[in-house]
Amino acid sequence: MSVRPTSAKAIAAPRSVKDLHLGETGTICCLKDPEMALKLLEMGCIPGTQVRLNSRAPLGCPITLVVGEAADYTLSLRVSEAATIMLKE
Amino acid sequence: MRDAGIRTVPARAAASAAALETAALQAAPRGLTRIALIGNPNSGKTSLFNQLTGLNQKVGNFPGVTVDRKTGISQLTAQHRAEIIDLPGTYSLYPKSLDEKVITDLLYDKTSGQYPDFVVVTADASNLRRNLLLFTQLADLGLPLVLALNMMDVAAQHGINIDLEALQEELGVPVIPMNARKGIGVAALKIVMAQQLDAATTTFYEPDEALVPMLRQIRYYFNLHNDYLALHYAHQFRHISFLTADNRAYIAELVTKYNFEATPRQAQETIDRYARINELLLNVVSVTRTEKAEPYSNRLDRVLTHKVWGYLIFLAVLFLLFQAVFSWASYPMELIDTGVAWINGLIQSNFNGPLISLLTEGVLAGLGGVLIFIPQIALLFAFIAVLEETGYMARVTFMMDRIMRKFGLNGKSVVPLISGMACAVPAIMSARTIENRKDRMITIFVTPLMSCSARIPVYTVLIGLVVPDQPVLGIFNLRGVALMGLYLLGFVSAVGSAWVLKLFMKTKERSYFIMEFPVYRWPRWKNVVLTIVEKVKAFVFQAGKVIIAISVILWVLASYGPGNSLEQAEQRVRANTAQLNETEVETRVASEKLETSYAGRFGHLIEPAIRPLGFDWKIGISLLTSFAAREVFVGTMSTIYSVGQDANELTVQQKLAAEKGPDGQPFFTPARAGSLLVFYVFAMQCMSTLATTYRETKGWTWPLLQLVYMTGLAYLASLLVYQVLS
Repeated sequence: MSVRPTSAKAIAAPRSVKDLHLGETGTICCLKDPEMALKLLEMGCIPGTQVRLNSRAPLGCPITLVVGEAADYTLSLRVSEAATIMLKE
Repeated sequence: MRDAGIRTVPARAAASAAALETAALQAAPRGLTRIALIGNPNSGKTSLFNQLTGLNQKVGNFPGVTVDRKTGISQLTAQHRAEIIDLPGTYSLYPKSLDEKVITDLLYDKTSGQYPDFVVVTADASNLRRNLLLFTQLADLGLPLVLALNMMDVAAQHGINIDLEALQEELGVPVIPMNARKGIGVAALKIVMAQQLDAATTTFYEPDEALVPMLRQIRYYFNLHNDYLALHYAHQFRHISFLTADNRAYIAELVTKYNFEATPRQAQETIDRYARINELLLNVVSVTRTEKAEPYSNRLDRVLTHKVWGYLIFLAVLFLLFQAVFSWASYPMELIDTGVAWINGLIQSNFNGPLISLLTEGVLAGLGGVLIFIPQIALLFAFIAVLEETGYMARVTFMMDRIMRKFGLNGKSVVPLISGMACAVPAIMSARTIENRKDRMITIFVTPLMSCSARIPVYTVLIGLVVPDQPVLGIFNLRGVALMGLYLLGFVSAVGSAWVLKLFMKTKERSYFIMEFPVYRWPRWKNVVLTIVEKVKAFVFQAGKVIIAISVILWVLASYGPGNSLEQAEQRVRANTAQLNETEVETRVASEKLETSYAGRFGHLIEPAIRPLGFDWKIGISLLTSFAAREVFVGTMSTIYSVGQDANELTVQQKLAAEKGPDGQPFFTPARAGSLLVFYVFAMQCMSTLATTYRETKGWTWPLLQLVYMTGLAYLASLLVYQVLS
């Protein structure tokens, strides 16, 4: 289930949170995986929210994300989970 | 036991009590207002609970599930006391783990005796939007609510201004600003909690029009008070523990008929709620400055989760933990040991008879076996509590997840595995935080393979017997290295077994690792102390009961034999040993009696099965008694091998070393001792652990699998060691 219709159809490969560089900020466009979506939504990863890739674990996975613009909090999640969070271009 | 706290508190129906008091009494017939505490993880819920109740806490179980039910009594006003129920932290009312399911079970059944009169919702003021999600769900269930707006200081630091009056207006419930860590706002909250509150009137979400026909049918069938509760029944009927099979079938039919899909609906509801929350927060929250400086937590993380330093620091922390549990704990343990022995001696020297010997050798010996672990358990949980309080544990799971996942485990499995080195019982209970069932089961299954503290006495005695006390590489001691090797063997077998199990277990359920990464904080010592008290109490009363019961049974088995065979054995010994001194005769009598007792007969019975491992019937008895607690092994060996000169002056180790085999050579060869050591590394010899696994997995499958697998592994490994070495 896509929570919102993908607007980035024109772009060949839409980016997900997984593809962010360290310190880069992106805006969530939609969540790809219906099962994961609920958990992510409840944790505040709502379409339209800004997320910043904050750090990676020593072995590359999991990663931490800073969610929101002002009232920041940090989430940790696996790369496979991050790959289900699509970004707006 | 669950309701004991309620009954022991006298109903306060004093004539001076205000009208509210009487109203509250009607709501809770037992005379106490029942207040549930709910909130997101890291919203300061535990701090608030501790502030409200202090040491008046007790841990029981929720009906039907094994999740701890923490309740406490709070003196709200001079006349008004309330029972506070601390519920597990959650982000929403759609539970993802066993812990969270407790909340919905409690809130779905208004007719149950446990239903709260109202709910205090804790929310992190610096993160209001996400915290309000749960609040709006609770409000829509029609519960009377109070919002405890916690961490106002953190919000202020972030430059977040909250218009409390506007928020109160928007939410339609009392809002109390607080700083639970420092106790600020607790008095104000208590005053509000002492009032008779009405259900929240503002609704935040209306179920889809199209669903109303289905919801109404559910609502009237179960006599529910609103549509939103009916919606929750439709979502979760499979997991609501109090519904009967017929009830579930009824909802299942409706759900199919109306083509109701739970997951997308829950996601859409969450999005709609956030939209509503964003809208209402527009008038409430203003941010004056956004913090640009990098938070100190991030700077700390750069070291503490560094690819080299991170792991080194974790190893250092583990080392410190071991040092605490194994070295610092030994002083209070010795004190307890001598204390129990002193009481024992006092009773034995003043009284006599079979009942006294049941008391001293059975009950007191068993009690001593329980009490002796208190220092280790207290220290272990102090450590774990500090690591969790500071936020470091989240970093450990973060660093270990990738590695643990390769073996079918989860970053969160690290906590149970580490705790397993002290005692598997609390360790298995701590696996509850793992949401994924498969990961949780594998973690529970392999945790007892970690060498627990009860194995230490066995390891120490046997290593001392066969490993020479000499330095290795200048800095290490060969005995220390051997001990380390046994721990490593336990760890490797745990991880290896997990990997094997991973291949056999299939699951549809996804493994999550989405969690909040808390900022570093100083531990709140009050919380640490209360955790220690709680865990020690749980150990003494839950595991203690089993250990004492088994000790008594073993005492009976070791003290009685069929017919008068024990008296005959005594007479036989006395006739043959007339020339020996009195104490020598006594020890021989004791040893002969043990051989003739039921336990001795059992040892002889299993001897053929354990002979290939190098064990004789005497070790067989020790294996049996080890079932109460492994460290009983040492005591049993000490009694059985008491034959010899000047027995009283010898230590257990010397007694074992003096034991001769049929060929005249020392009985405990390196092969025998090695085989026995390996047996103790692997074997499942702990009733308490099996009982805990049974409780946690709600069935006999897992504990029986554990028993068969671990004992089988122990047998094969011992066989291998003995046959290769001898």
